[in-house]
Amino acid sequence: MSVMANPPPKPLVAKAAAHLASRARWSPLEIAFWLAALASIFLLPSKHLILTEIAILGLFAVSLDLILGYAGIVSLGHAAFFGFGAYVAGILAKYGIIKEPILAMLASGVAAAALGFVTSFLVLRGSDLTRLMVTLGVALVLREIANRLEITGGADGLQGVEMQPILGHFAFDIFGKTAYVYSLIVLFVLFLIARRIVNSPFGLSLRSVKGNPLRASAIGIHVNGRLVAVYTIAAAYAGVAGALLTQSTQFASLSVLDFERSADVMLMLIIGGTGYLYGGMIGAVLFKLVQDYLANVNPQYWQFWLGLGLVMMIMFGRVYGAVIATVIFAICMTTNLPFMHQILFTLVVVAVLGLARPDVLKLTSAITERAVAVQKKLKARFTRQPKGS
Amino acid sequence: MLTILFDGIAYGMLLFVVACGLAVTLGLMNFVNLAHGAFAMAGGYITVILVNRAGLPFLASLPLAFIFTAIVGAVFERTLYVHVYAKSHLEQVLFTIGLVFMSVAAADYAMGSSQVFARTPPELQGQINFFGVGIGRYRLLIILVCGLLTVALQFALASTRFGSRLRAAVDDARVARGLGINVNAVFAVTFAVGSGLAGLGGALGAEILGLDPHFPLKFMIYFLIVVTVGGTSSITGPFIASLLLGIGDVAGKYYVPQFGAFIIYIIMIVVLIWRPQGLFSRAIAK
Repeated sequence: MSVMANPPPKPLVAKAAAHLASRARWSPLEIAFWLAALASIFLLPSKHLILTEIAILGLFAVSLDLILGYAGIVSLGHAAFFGFGAYVAGILAKYGIIKEPILAMLASGVAAAALGFVTSFLVLRGSDLTRLMVTLGVALVLREIANRLEITGGADGLQGVEMQPILGHFAFDIFGKTAYVYSLIVLFVLFLIARRIVNSPFGLSLRSVKGNPLRASAIGIHVNGRLVAVYTIAAAYAGVAGALLTQSTQFASLSVLDFERSADVMLMLIIGGTGYLYGGMIGAVLFKLVQDYLANVNPQYWQFWLGLGLVMMIMFGRVYGAVIATVIFAICMTTNLPFMHQILFTLVVVAVLGLARPDVLKLTSAITERAVAVQKKLKARFTRQPKGS
Repeated sequence: MLTILFDGIAYGMLLFVVACGLAVTLGLMNFVNLAHGAFAMAGGYITVILVNRAGLPFLASLPLAFIFTAIVGAVFERTLYVHVYAKSHLEQVLFTIGLVFMSVAAADYAMGSSQVFARTPPELQGQINFFGVGIGRYRLLIILVCGLLTVALQFALASTRFGSRLRAAVDDARVARGLGINVNAVFAVTFAVGSGLAGLGGALGAEILGLDPHFPLKFMIYFLIVVTVGGTSSITGPFIASLLLGIGDVAGKYYVPQFGAFIIYIIMIVVLIWRPQGLFSRAIAK
């Protein structure tokens, strides 16, 4: 309490406020991002089904970003909340408990938040490894429950979900336009809230907890309280994302709770980058497009290429790893070998790259340096020109 | 009743043999290897190929499965894993999930997506009656082999020169290097042996666990449970944990089938909350 009796000096408060305000300012790129999303409604009418999925996965990834990117909680079972929200929304609609989709979605979010609050106490203790295991365990327990219960339809999934029109007006159509607009609006609104949260003093304190929990608690931050709060919020987000999936597909199956779903959302977030909210959404776009493309080219075995991309990205960094994986993939596709030879070829290339990793890294960092130098030169030229003229 | 206990012990022993390699990498080297099950799967498929297609006797194919997966493990360790040791747990998780995805797709293509079984010789089929307790011959073989391996492992870790080198390298790699221990080689050999054991476990367990391309994903959680619950500072911890898990799983599926795998996950969560370092572990040194 002695801390409260001694408030920080005024200029410091003003400085902190100015810092927060400058972080919260909208950049042109952000505006462009959302304008592009808006334009996609009108420009890509035939792609609405996949776009809806992207918006939902984007929201899911934003949810994971809140705990992983801002609070540093690793989770291999984030699908628990996604799946819980999906089933709640499905059950609410199927049995006509809450007919209006928006209300049902909010109810699913609240339900998932409650689950998140209860399970958040499980992730407070232990190391990263314990957290990975515990979150994975929670998701598996939920999947097992959904598999056994009568009300969830077990392994057959929850069938016969019929959605009422949104607000009594906008019915879900078969082209998915309503669903897409609906998902996009939900994504945008929740994104605004998340943006507000991470740029608030609360969000800043989360970052300090992520950076160094011991030190954060030494400067008077209630570490466990913050973690519980953000975990609950993230669970609500994931629950809403799950509810959107059920509502737009009118179906919920055990796959919403699968380990692959937790792994995929983590991939999306890592592809897009953590800790700036857009990472999840950009990652969702890239992931879904790549997945869709691979599933078209190589329907049965597309996971192989996804795995290759992951391995390369961890070994050589995000950008260069993706480039290397793409090159290997392109070579395999153009040579048109049987898949067995492609596997062997890939393994040999990967092994060679692994052996030569230091040299490859030297090369990539040289390229990066060169690119930075070129960028600097360009910048200098652009700033000098107005002076000369 | 005793039959269930016996089956449970066999199942647990099997889990232990597969998971003890993981106990070393995860517990001692602090490396999260979610792809460990892929090595077990490789061992299983090798046996299937050797027995069903090449016509080798089942018992002769077991050591070959061990050797093959150990070589694969060594190659992977030298070329890939070695770069990821120093990275964060999150990156290790992603890296090894990538490997799992690749292995699943490759196995799916090479071996087909349905379950396969290795032909076991007739003398390993059926049960022997031992004072009124039905004992499956195959399970008896598993218990014998795995029991021998456990004793050998314990001996190797505790009483050989290599074992003490490994423990030194794990406790403090820098000091161990300073003492002239080739830490990289020790880790490589350990990783190879761990993979080989996983392969052997997969070969033995194909009959009981069921072998299909999704094997690494399906059993990943079991191996992780063994290691995290058992603690990672000794071989005995994971050993007891896998026996408990094996007996608990078999008994649970027999007596309360409606709960399924549920109980095990709950127990794991409780144990991890209660003792994050595992049931049988000393306080961490670092």
